Amino acid sequence: MQVFDLEAQGLRALNATLHGLSGQTNETAWEIVNPRGSHAIAVGVDAPVDITVRGSTGYYCAGMNKQATIRVKGSAGPGVAENMMSGTVIIDGDASQYAGATGRGGLLVIKGNASSRCGISMKGIDIVVHGNIGHMSAFMAQSGSLVVLGNAGEALGDSLYEARLFVRGSVKSLGADCIEKEMRPEHLLLLADLLKRGEADHLAKPGEFRRYGSARKLYTFNIDNAAAY
Amino acid sequence: MCGIVGLFLKDPALEPKLGAMLTEMLITMTDRGPDSAGIAIYGHPVHGQAKLTVQSPEPDKDFKGLADDLSALIGAPVTGDIKDTHIVLHLPADRLEEARAALAGLRPSATVMSAGEGIEIYKEVGLPKDVAARFGLGKMPGTHGIGHTRMATESAVTTAGAHPFSTGPDQCLVHNGSLSNHNSVRRVLKRAGMTFRTENDTEVAAAFLTHKMHEGANLGEAMEATLTDLDGFFTFVVGTKDGFGVVRDPIACKPAVMAETDQYVAFGSEYRAMVNLPGIDTARVWEPEPATVYFWER
Repeated sequence: MQVFDLEAQGLRALNATLHGLSGQTNETAWEIVNPRGSHAIAVGVDAPVDITVRGSTGYYCAGMNKQATIRVKGSAGPGVAENMMSGTVIIDGDASQYAGATGRGGLLVIKGNASSRCGISMKGIDIVVHGNIGHMSAFMAQSGSLVVLGNAGEALGDSLYEARLFVRGSVKSLGADCIEKEMRPEHLLLLADLLKRGEADHLAKPGEFRRYGSARKLYTFNIDNAAAY
Repeated sequence: MCGIVGLFLKDPALEPKLGAMLTEMLITMTDRGPDSAGIAIYGHPVHGQAKLTVQSPEPDKDFKGLADDLSALIGAPVTGDIKDTHIVLHLPADRLEEARAALAGLRPSATVMSAGEGIEIYKEVGLPKDVAARFGLGKMPGTHGIGHTRMATESAVTTAGAHPFSTGPDQCLVHNGSLSNHNSVRRVLKRAGMTFRTENDTEVAAAFLTHKMHEGANLGEAMEATLTDLDGFFTFVVGTKDGFGVVRDPIACKPAVMAETDQYVAFGSEYRAMVNLPGIDTARVWEPEPATVYFWER
């Protein structure tokens, strides 16, 4: 276990050290102590390592993550795991706004609540939230899955494309062009896998969720408008 | 950007350290607002006494003999406590408005920052650590306080444009965001008799609350009204003689984190601002919901 004291050694040293790791490294387990709400912790990691942050983080923790498993033993500020490519990010507490925004792959697990704009413009990431999510979540979401064990705020899935949204609790309102859809066997299988990987299979069962997706009625879905792009 | 910090103490044992805790929080928020900084600090009201906090660009000239001059004019005892560009004048509460009017004639270049039984406001242009040091904020005791680090958007970087804004007795407001309908709201409030010192959007929000409360709303109702009548981005933190409130606009882009323990309620634009508070590791920490009024009163 490599222990990095963020307060003593500083953010640039931390991220430079983590960026120096490759797939061949033997230093596969890292612990970051004294995060004290700092910004940009463990951003841009590209190695199959395990990183545990002992405390709460500020803006953009684990952004652009590739391969790594990053666990925050606290809450995360805005933009956690933004544009994640692969790997896993697990937040033990709450996440602030736009968690997992634009994420292209990997799995983001939030064990508390996520606030507004969770999964905004997600492009392939899977997000599992044990609690609730705030308004405008999955806005323009393109692909990937968003699983919410609690409730969703206003305008869920506004203008979304192919992303799959699963909510167990209430949805305050659906955004433009977002509709409830039939839960088919393949969705139950997908959900079972996401709940298991999201450390939530002891908390909820696939059959308890409802599925939401795009009605594909917006201007962008009309083939006659293809020439406009 | 802008940074906001706030602290409302439940445990009187922390009161001597209020200024120290708030100053540390304020300085942590420097990179959200390095233009100017300000703090409103509330102490226990002394029965029958009021405080007028006055700022001057020429403190040596304006503050010399000010307490005596004012005392002579209003025929009541006045004492003054000079802190850099500000002076806190202590006087009988029933002479407060008279003193305020007299001050305008006595020292035309001086500005009243706050008036009331508990409140003192200090604000200046400069880095938060320098502003805090000039006023000795770290040594001030109190029951609750609000601080602001400003990155100017809607009006110039001046002392008057710094936060907190106070538009009523013992009231203050700080703001992160920008209002888009402040000109039209200002016109409405001017017609209703409110006066304005700046072109600043936040002063309009403060005056809006003061006006609502003057019309009979309680602070919670007044804060609720900001959600329908003010357009733009805002996280507001508001102080009164014995209370402390928070409200965010429905879109809630501007960050906010709160923490509560048996000893205090704290507000920070970021969690970073609160990491040195006692017991923060076991505090209840949460992000205030959009379009929801939070309020604590002693």
